[in-house]
Amino acid sequence: MNEARFRWRTLFLLGYLLFALLPIYWMVNMSFKTNQEILASFTLLPQQFTLANYATIFTDASWYSGYINSLIYVAINMVISIAVALPAAYAFSRYSFIGDKHVFFWLLTNRMTPPAVFLLPFFQLYTTLGLMDTHIAVALAHLVFNVPLAVWILEGFMSGIPREIDETAYIDGYSFPRFFFTIFLPLIKSGVGVAAFFCFMFSWVELLLARTLTSVDAKPIVSVMTRTVSASGMDWAVLAAAGTLTILPGAVVIWFVRHYIAKGFAMGRV
Amino acid sequence: MKPINQKAWWLVLPVFICVAFSAVLPLMTVVNYSVQDIISPDRRVFVGTEWFAAVMRDEELHSALWRQLSFSLAVLAVEIPLGIALALSMPARGWQASLVLVLVALSLLIPWNVVGTIWQIYGRADIGLLGAALAWLGVDYSYTGDATHAWITVLAMDVWHWTPLVALLCYAGLRSIPDAYYQAARIDGARRFAVFRYIQLPKLRGVLMIAVLLRFMDSFMIYTEPFVLTGGGPGNATTFLSQYLTQKAVGQFDLGPAAAFSLIYFLIILLLCFILYNWMQRVGTADREGAGHE
Repeated sequence: MNEARFRWRTLFLLGYLLFALLPIYWMVNMSFKTNQEILASFTLLPQQFTLANYATIFTDASWYSGYINSLIYVAINMVISIAVALPAAYAFSRYSFIGDKHVFFWLLTNRMTPPAVFLLPFFQLYTTLGLMDTHIAVALAHLVFNVPLAVWILEGFMSGIPREIDETAYIDGYSFPRFFFTIFLPLIKSGVGVAAFFCFMFSWVELLLARTLTSVDAKPIVSVMTRTVSASGMDWAVLAAAGTLTILPGAVVIWFVRHYIAKGFAMGRV
Repeated sequence: MKPINQKAWWLVLPVFICVAFSAVLPLMTVVNYSVQDIISPDRRVFVGTEWFAAVMRDEELHSALWRQLSFSLAVLAVEIPLGIALALSMPARGWQASLVLVLVALSLLIPWNVVGTIWQIYGRADIGLLGAALAWLGVDYSYTGDATHAWITVLAMDVWHWTPLVALLCYAGLRSIPDAYYQAARIDGARRFAVFRYIQLPKLRGVLMIAVLLRFMDSFMIYTEPFVLTGGGPGNATTFLSQYLTQKAVGQFDLGPAAAFSLIYFLIILLLCFILYNWMQRVGTADREGAGHE
């Protein structure tokens, strides 16, 4: 009985992984082909194996600087999101105050605004402030969807920590900052890891805002990629190579937080 | 329960400032546009609720809204059960767990325009794996020519792209259930389904709430992927709300109506999320009370 269940589970899992990995395999496959081969024939493995597409990306500054720009604004965004979300999540998980439930839901509503709605206002706001085409502009714009999510996730983790720990620390004479950084933060570091991963992910893959707010100096990789569409047709091979490379930083991040996810969290409030 | 402390507001203040700057301020600009006719940057006329009335009467908008609703509900109906099943079948520990976690998460990390582009090739019958496989099976498949195929392809792409999010959240939720619960269930001789229904599902309520709301609001705002894959076609079978909005705002440069549309759009999402949020909370509470009686 148990054996059979185990087998069904494994089969289901393998089936899903096949479904999940086939498109990725196809992209990696394309990235080692020439454009001619991609468009002319159906081949499961590259017949004329080439690294030229990757060479294009690594030797052309306008390509690889795209990765650097993206990493910069994603990192800034991650740091700001977590830094402001930590105290707020602590407040929501530990205290009642006027309007706490409303503010919590209001925070979530900011995640419900379609980015398309914000394009023009952001453009005007950042032009006025002289922030256009800077990393900080994209990082600030992405706060709209990352801060609410970070607060939500961190609040869940914090609610899982018994309040007695705080009280004991205060009785022992800890000040709030000292308690927060030396005792509380280490307890919820898995929560910080998970929240950071989600912030990274949503900021890394977002295209619309990042493209609108940058032109040259802070141009992100997602918008550099749209360059492969030209009058002479698509440069599928280079696009596939660029796409393959965009997975790597995220894969590294998830490798670091995998233990935190595997440790588990349940949400307290909701 | 929790001590009342108004000073906690100070802790929330930084979030408040950030969100006010990056969300409230832009939203106010949109509100401002929505009641004006902007002929040129210096010539604006106040028109009151005229744009709202016009948008509400827009037939195309109605059909886009229905398409959007059915798409989002289909997304939830497929991704939530699939994500839960996936989380249940993922190994709990060891190197297999790490490996499977990373493999499952891969599709989340691909930029949205790349997702669309991969599927564009992937689905082509002559040079794509999916298209070729379907053609080999005898299915006359074409996402560019057939409206139903296009719709299903966009759905399949979304399932491929986002089910991992549901699965990761549920997986994390499952791992937080103490072993003692399972031992108690084993002593009681509980069946597999009973364990799921009365132990795992209630414990997953919190993460499922996040998963359902996130998937609902994000699928309601889906833009880049169908735009790249089908461009909204064939006809307008896959023109969802965001794309219709962008066509209006950028294509025709009708700032006033586009702003009014944006606000209505936002209010629809808000209302639906509010209903979902309250409904899930009620279901959860009823569950707990039911369990109390047993």
